[in-house]
Amino acid sequence: MSVAQVASSGSSASESAAEPEFLEGSEAIARAMISAGCRFFAGYPMTPFTEVLEAMAKHLPAQGGSCVNAESELEAVGMAWGAAATGTPAATGSTGQGLSLMQESLAEITYARLPLVVLNMARAQGDYFQATRGGGHGDYRHIVLAPKDVTEAVYLVQEAFHLAAIWRNPVLVMGDYYIAHTWQSVSTARIDFGPEPDRSWALDGATGGTGKAKLISPIADTKRGDDVGYDLAEFYGRRGAELDVMGREVQPRAETGFLEGADLVVVAYGTVAQYVREAVANLRADGAKVGYIRPITLYPFPTEVLRNAASSAKAFAVYENNRGQMIEDVMLSVMERADVRFIGGLSVDSSGFGIAPDLDVTSVRARIQTTLEEIS
Amino acid sequence: MTTRSLPIIESTSAPTQAAKLVDDFTPGLINQGAHHLCPGCGEPIAMRLIMEAVEELELAQKTIAIFGIGCYTAYSNNLDVEVLQALHGRAPSLATGVKRSLPDSLVLTVQGDGDMVNEGLQEVLHTMARGESVTCFLLNNGVFGETGGHMTAATVLGQRTKNSLEGRTAQEHGYPIVISDLIARLDGAAYVARGAVNTHTNVARTKKMVKEALAVQTAGLGGSFVEILTMCPTGWFVDTLDAPDYLNDNIEPIHRFGVVLDRSDDSRHHGAGR
Repeated sequence: MSVAQVASSGSSASESAAEPEFLEGSEAIARAMISAGCRFFAGYPMTPFTEVLEAMAKHLPAQGGSCVNAESELEAVGMAWGAAATGTPAATGSTGQGLSLMQESLAEITYARLPLVVLNMARAQGDYFQATRGGGHGDYRHIVLAPKDVTEAVYLVQEAFHLAAIWRNPVLVMGDYYIAHTWQSVSTARIDFGPEPDRSWALDGATGGTGKAKLISPIADTKRGDDVGYDLAEFYGRRGAELDVMGREVQPRAETGFLEGADLVVVAYGTVAQYVREAVANLRADGAKVGYIRPITLYPFPTEVLRNAASSAKAFAVYENNRGQMIEDVMLSVMERADVRFIGGLSVDSSGFGIAPDLDVTSVRARIQTTLEEIS
Repeated sequence: MTTRSLPIIESTSAPTQAAKLVDDFTPGLINQGAHHLCPGCGEPIAMRLIMEAVEELELAQKTIAIFGIGCYTAYSNNLDVEVLQALHGRAPSLATGVKRSLPDSLVLTVQGDGDMVNEGLQEVLHTMARGESVTCFLLNNGVFGETGGHMTAATVLGQRTKNSLEGRTAQEHGYPIVISDLIARLDGAAYVARGAVNTHTNVARTKKMVKEALAVQTAGLGGSFVEILTMCPTGWFVDTLDAPDYLNDNIEPIHRFGVVLDRSDDSRHHGAGR
């Protein structure tokens, strides 16, 4: 039985309606990608990314797309690179370990100015540096979006395709085990983010033999047609300037709560932030002067939001399910206007998948309370 | 396209007089015939015959050429077909993504033996095993030419390179991979051939192989693969004039000329993808 036949026997992504359906996060993300126009996907199984691949393999062929079960993450990202070069909305992904394998290509794809959506269905939050600094070589940046739950993931995954197309740049969406496997009632219908930019840069073969055949390369964007070759200094300078513009113009986003009169601001992202928000809300109800900031864009980082909060808050506490990575961006934003402390820590179960025993409102609240006492 | 007959020089004997320009014909799909590769390099000849085949089959406006990283990469700059530049080793995966997205295009890859057989062996094997309807070209000169002549997985036993100075030995360096024969064992491959550009006869034979491979792709029969043995006198530590014979005497006995697999008349064989 072909993959397409399997897809046609079940409900297909084309049926994604505005009506909410009860879906597992991975299935919802896959349907959202297809609703956003994704027509090429390649991946390699790895928990907790696996079910996204399963869902894409099931649904994409019926939409006229292609999902390739690649021989490794190296090839998955290469295939997505090729598809992206034809202007086909393309995506790949893995968990952090698999993304480590992809980093060389992700760097080159960025220099080559190709739109691509990359999912990191991460284990815990140890991949913040990989995501925001890039594990690859050279000067490059990816837009990084960090949803807190399935509903937001469905939205941000669709927006990722739009941002990738606008900026001709990879966009990384940070998921995790919880988002991959939580069942939630959600609509995966197409969201309109406005007009799509033209894709006249894409390859289709048609300019061959015209004297102006196109080139897509990480070291040049136009053939010189000579025997001298490319000017890498010129290209890297120009590409770097484009990346600077992207970093300035993409609107940083953060969710905030209880910042009014807060002495302590707790900063967290992703699933973890939901526990932090609940703990902060409980403390506020008890009269504690504590607020909350959740960066939604990890790059560009919502520096202004933190800087403004720093004008009145005495201290910041950063809660991450790792040994302290985003805290560097918090410190760079606050710039010594306030004290910055780390109250998180790596918390995984024996599987290492990021199912965190410390993710408990009582436990998070206790850490925040301790910090409040220390700064008072 | 115009063709002009050129005088044929017997390559096994040294010229008796200094070279003089008798013609400066450049194929239509190469913007600039001049190159900065070493004298005696076989790669420009290989690139030229691939481009001549594309032009003669009238496929230029469907072609997307995906380049690996090696000396031949310089040609990405002056071919008049669309080019997608890959990382070292990764061209066949990019080709898979391109072909799956544009099933009617002609997708070809150009890699050297370091690129394909060392860095990216897994890529070409899986691409051919799946039977992607793409054509992979290997320019095999038995060395990493661009770094200055270092041993690859295709370097034959006894061959001297900069990191096997006394010659490759099985005990110290292991055995070479004879890639075309390996690929011919894969069910997804439809056409596999090995040619060379060291004599005018071999150039003509190899061009037929290239055209056959491209025809197999356009017929959607599965993966097609042509290995082209090219001279690298610099990396082989031999005189430019001796390189064609060095290829015959040292490389061809291991990487044998000829069509290794041909399923072009098996209409039941078909490629992967749409």
